[in-house]
Amino acid sequence: MSSESNLKKVLTSGQFAVTAELGPPKNADAEVIRTKAKLLSDCADAVNITDCQTAIVRMSSIASSVILMQEGLEPVTQMTCRDRNRIAIQSDLLGAAALGLKNLLCLTGDHQKFGNHPNSTGVFDMDSIQLLQMVRMMRDEKVFQCGEEIKGREPDLFLGAAANPFADPFEFRALRLAKKIAAGAQFIQTQLVYNVEKFAAWMKAVRDLGLHEKCYILAGVTPPKSIGMARYMKNNVPGMDVPDHVIARLKGAKDAKKDVQEEGINICVNIINMVKEIEGVAGVHIMAIEWERAVPEIAKRAGLLPRP
Amino acid sequence: MNFCSQGNYDNMTNSNEPDIVAFCCHYTAYACSQDLQNLPRLGFPENVRLEILPCSGRISIIRLLKAFEQGADGIYIAGCKDDTCHNVRGSRVAKKRVDYVKDVFGQLNIEPERIEMFMISREPNRGFIEAAKEMTERIKKLGPSPLKGK
Amino acid sequence: MIIGERKPIREIIGMLKGIKNILILGCGGCATVCSAGGEKEVEILASIIRIDRKKKGEPVETNEKTLARQCDTEYLEELKDEMDEYDAVLSMGCGVGVNFLADMYPKTIILPALNTSFMGVSEEQGVWSERCAGCGNCILDKTGGLCPVARCPKRLLNGPCGGSQNGRCEINPDIACVWQLIYDRLKGLNQLEKLQEVFPMKDWSSSLHGGPRKIVREDLKL
Repeated sequence: MSSESNLKKVLTSGQFAVTAELGPPKNADAEVIRTKAKLLSDCADAVNITDCQTAIVRMSSIASSVILMQEGLEPVTQMTCRDRNRIAIQSDLLGAAALGLKNLLCLTGDHQKFGNHPNSTGVFDMDSIQLLQMVRMMRDEKVFQCGEEIKGREPDLFLGAAANPFADPFEFRALRLAKKIAAGAQFIQTQLVYNVEKFAAWMKAVRDLGLHEKCYILAGVTPPKSIGMARYMKNNVPGMDVPDHVIARLKGAKDAKKDVQEEGINICVNIINMVKEIEGVAGVHIMAIEWERAVPEIAKRAGLLPRP
Repeated sequence: MNFCSQGNYDNMTNSNEPDIVAFCCHYTAYACSQDLQNLPRLGFPENVRLEILPCSGRISIIRLLKAFEQGADGIYIAGCKDDTCHNVRGSRVAKKRVDYVKDVFGQLNIEPERIEMFMISREPNRGFIEAAKEMTERIKKLGPSPLKGK
Repeated sequence: MIIGERKPIREIIGMLKGIKNILILGCGGCATVCSAGGEKEVEILASIIRIDRKKKGEPVETNEKTLARQCDTEYLEELKDEMDEYDAVLSMGCGVGVNFLADMYPKTIILPALNTSFMGVSEEQGVWSERCAGCGNCILDKTGGLCPVARCPKRLLNGPCGGSQNGRCEINPDIACVWQLIYDRLKGLNQLEKLQEVFPMKDWSSSLHGGPRKIVREDLKL
């Protein structure tokens, strides 16, 4: 097993990177992960494993990551600030590194109100930016958050964060990305891109600050599986920008009695081809939750296969 | 015709007619008749005890509760129609207080219909009499207050 | 001001089951100002309890009293000679008052009539909202006077998160995104550079998480 992160290797070599995503099961069955892993093998450089996304209880990201690793794929483990305090997070990350995990996406986390346990406390001992700082210090300065020295092997993790080019205040978003990078983010995965124009405007602001040279930016993309899904994302998911022409295109396919899912895949491929041309975009992050079999098809049609 | 500011509403009349207290604003009462002693002749039920307020918005929650505690089978407020209240918002405020007491009644398993808000035109009209009659009929159907005889 | 709201009537009546002689005790401080437990509210609650008991045919004696405040021994001591008469005291003060009565009168049943919620402001008549979380380590000089600990559901110190849209918070569109407000204020005050430094992790030991707090001012002690 190579001691360096494969994702890091691909990105530092200057090749266009591809990451995918996998949601762990709402039960204790490792087989679910193994099945999904097989669908994603050979079409991504690393695969994200979400951490109780939308505050819904699922198998932990670290445990799922280890299972994924056993299937021969490289995981991007995710850690939110919602469920664990600084003691638990540092402890979990020592374990993650000891188990061979190499990539960590640092997130604040969806509020518990969205999930299936809305009555729980939300820990939020820190936010994603403070989390990045803490993990970077563990790795580079070999210290715990309290300042105490880590004697022996420190956790060596390739650090990432999320960014939302479509949230408000728009003019502050690039500056906030700068903070994340200063705190330790080495790669960024953005919120889903449907509005390529707005994404390009954000990338310009990012380039003006020179941030594209300080970290690797991967554009998030998702194939819309149905008109209903596209509408839901447009109207119900905060921080998402789904232009009307996307929904119109899906409707057009339905009206012409064509396969809507096919159209969804094509929309995704088109977006990948467009963002590839934007200066500073180092890769794509393909999220096809509960539609993992679409990912190899998308990667193929976008000319992203084979992976290095 | 009895006017009363405080007191016991138990058995105001000696019949099986319900004991009802009506808090009325000055304007709605006089829209009906310039002389309030005339009201029985216009058909105003004997079992309704009238209490005049300068504005229906002056009614306090405690006054409504106490009327019920002291024996009323039903209570209502008659105020001006929402857009014509002489004091702009008085009847709207009164309605909120009636809704509050309805909620209290609901929580105590007492029929919320025992208290009501009527918004009546200030033009000369019989709305004032109709409200009293309607409430009397309603309370007759509901029966005496659950506090009576206890 | 401490903001609370009277508990649902059914809950209060449940607490009073079997209790025959009650003191309903109001507070002239915050509870009066937020119309939750002042003299007026004491009168109303007493009447409600009597109506309920009359309906059930269960006798009750209600006594009504309102102290200037329930958070000072000076006022709680006024009750010294009469506490033995009551089966229970239903406090309409905030949780502070309930606790202090219980501290002071260990032999009497003390019951809370309010749900005490937050430290906040009166936005308009009938509307109150939270402003301070009592974290014990105020950072408002760095955030334009607006508190992300009290007003951001995720307590972000390096906000806003990706869910801020049109100045609203993703968890409830009725809540303004305080980080949008902080950004706007600092922009207007020409202090945006305050948002460029990474705000370090908060020391939560001075807040609720560090245990019940106490402040001693030696210069004021007699």
